[in-house]
Amino acid sequence: MVWKVAKGILIALALVFFLLPIYWIVATSFKQWPDIFAIPPKFVFRGTLVHYLTLFNIRPEEAAKFGQVGKSLFPPRFLNSIVIAGVSTVLSVALGTFSAYAFSRFRVRGENDLLFFILSTRMLPPIVVGIPFFVVYRALGLIDTHIGLILLYMTFNLSFAVWLMKGFIDEIPREFEEAAMVDGYTRFEAFFKVILPQALSGIAATAVFCLIAAWNEFFFALILTSEKARTAPPSIAAIQGTSGINWGQIAAGVTVFLLPVVVFTFLVRKYLARGLTFGVIKR
Amino acid sequence: MKDGGKLYQKDISEYRMKLLFIGPTILVLIVMNVFPLIWSLGLSFTNYSSLVSRKISFVGFANYARILSDPLIWKYFQITARLVIVAVGVEFLLGFGLALLLKERFRGWGLVTTLMLIPMMLSPVVVGLFWTFIMDANFGLLNFLFSLFGFRRVLWLTDPKIALYSIALVDIWMWTPFVMLISLTGLLAIPQSLYEAADIDMASFWFKFRRITLPLVSPLLILAVLFRVIDAFKMFDLVFIMTGGGPGDVTETISMSLYRLAFNKFKTGESCAMAYIILILVIALSNLLIRWIQRTRA
Repeated sequence: MVWKVAKGILIALALVFFLLPIYWIVATSFKQWPDIFAIPPKFVFRGTLVHYLTLFNIRPEEAAKFGQVGKSLFPPRFLNSIVIAGVSTVLSVALGTFSAYAFSRFRVRGENDLLFFILSTRMLPPIVVGIPFFVVYRALGLIDTHIGLILLYMTFNLSFAVWLMKGFIDEIPREFEEAAMVDGYTRFEAFFKVILPQALSGIAATAVFCLIAAWNEFFFALILTSEKARTAPPSIAAIQGTSGINWGQIAAGVTVFLLPVVVFTFLVRKYLARGLTFGVIKR
Repeated sequence: MKDGGKLYQKDISEYRMKLLFIGPTILVLIVMNVFPLIWSLGLSFTNYSSLVSRKISFVGFANYARILSDPLIWKYFQITARLVIVAVGVEFLLGFGLALLLKERFRGWGLVTTLMLIPMMLSPVVVGLFWTFIMDANFGLLNFLFSLFGFRRVLWLTDPKIALYSIALVDIWMWTPFVMLISLTGLLAIPQSLYEAADIDMASFWFKFRRITLPLVSPLLILAVLFRVIDAFKMFDLVFIMTGGGPGDVTETISMSLYRLAFNKFKTGESCAMAYIILILVIALSNLLIRWIQRTRA
């Protein structure tokens, strides 16, 4: 009994430890300017939407009060994030699913070596590949373009998609497409008409992981983009006012940015262990 | 049923399909990963700078010699190592401890565990940003909570003795859930019958822990720690946002100093050499991990 109560308290403490910082930044985004810097910090406060309104340029005239110069750059960059993460995810999941199917069903020469080559590309430190990318992209005129960042994120997620999808396709019994082929389908048709529908939940989970990884990425966006193709993470970090850091607007930007990630985390909660270990853990 | 001709046809189409399905992936990875790495290997033997346009000349191993003989680089390796050991060590203890607490299901178990996993899904740069706010020495929430327990004000990110551990704390906040999740997966997979058998033999709690729990989850625990060590070793975003390597250079991790060399000082050739030195270390670590993955899969 004592143990049970102690256990409950410990779990509750852990929950507070992990969630309080997130609650705090969300609460800050709804605070009036002076309340953000109140000492002691305010847990009860009168809410305001002003930081969201200035963030999205709905009430730009309010922005000057917080020392913001000109319009907020957040809306176009938020859109960049959506486009770049979305398109790169579609590409890496598509390529990854095809390869995973072939690795799962066909005898491929040097299969293990190929698979581990694919995995090893994901282990490279971003900073190490970042430098040659910067040089090559500049030579090709791909700096600060959507296509440049999309190609990069596609590559970055591809190895992950292959590994995760291979696990999912391995779990679909071969009899499914064999039956379809006996019915006169070619293997190609069987793949599209039988395997893809069966693998749908796996594809969805893989897509969500790729989406989150591309969405969260900071370093490549920092060195390879400046204006046109810049995504949200480096922009949120750069929100500054003339009177110090505009924490209200940063908090609002962070909240808008985090919300989809939290929703997606709940959607793929069954696959989290699997997704974060490249499918090594199967449950 | 199958005559020779048909079989032949099937083989051809299968071969084509293989090529069609795997080819693009391998091509993308070679063009986008192998090629830049070869390019930068070449640059690492030159004095190339992406800022200054001058005649590129071949300098042999001079870049490597300069980096390996620079005492500062060794200091930054040490800082990185300290950060990795502290952060991953605490993540291991806390994460495994939490998993033991959460082993038995209770009402709301699914919600509680999922909520705890949120930090690791967030963007490190965003996490670094709001922890900077929470760690503000004056109006920050953390100092307020500390004051409730009678502690003095701490300069989380500006005290040279503390800054590195503040970054470790944020890493711990983010990644303890990961270790917890992997441990929990391992714990839940242990057959209950083993414990029942041990109970019949009147085994003590410690005996069961040491002889059943630990041996059966340890492969996954090692997997989790390897993943974390490799990731923490590369840590850039948190440091960049929270301290930028400061105060002074006490939080200058190896990724941070490589970034500075490449994108502030624009010594591109030299930075490629340093990147290669780091790469070799990471490859060594990753090989350990990959071998371990092969063993756990088998």
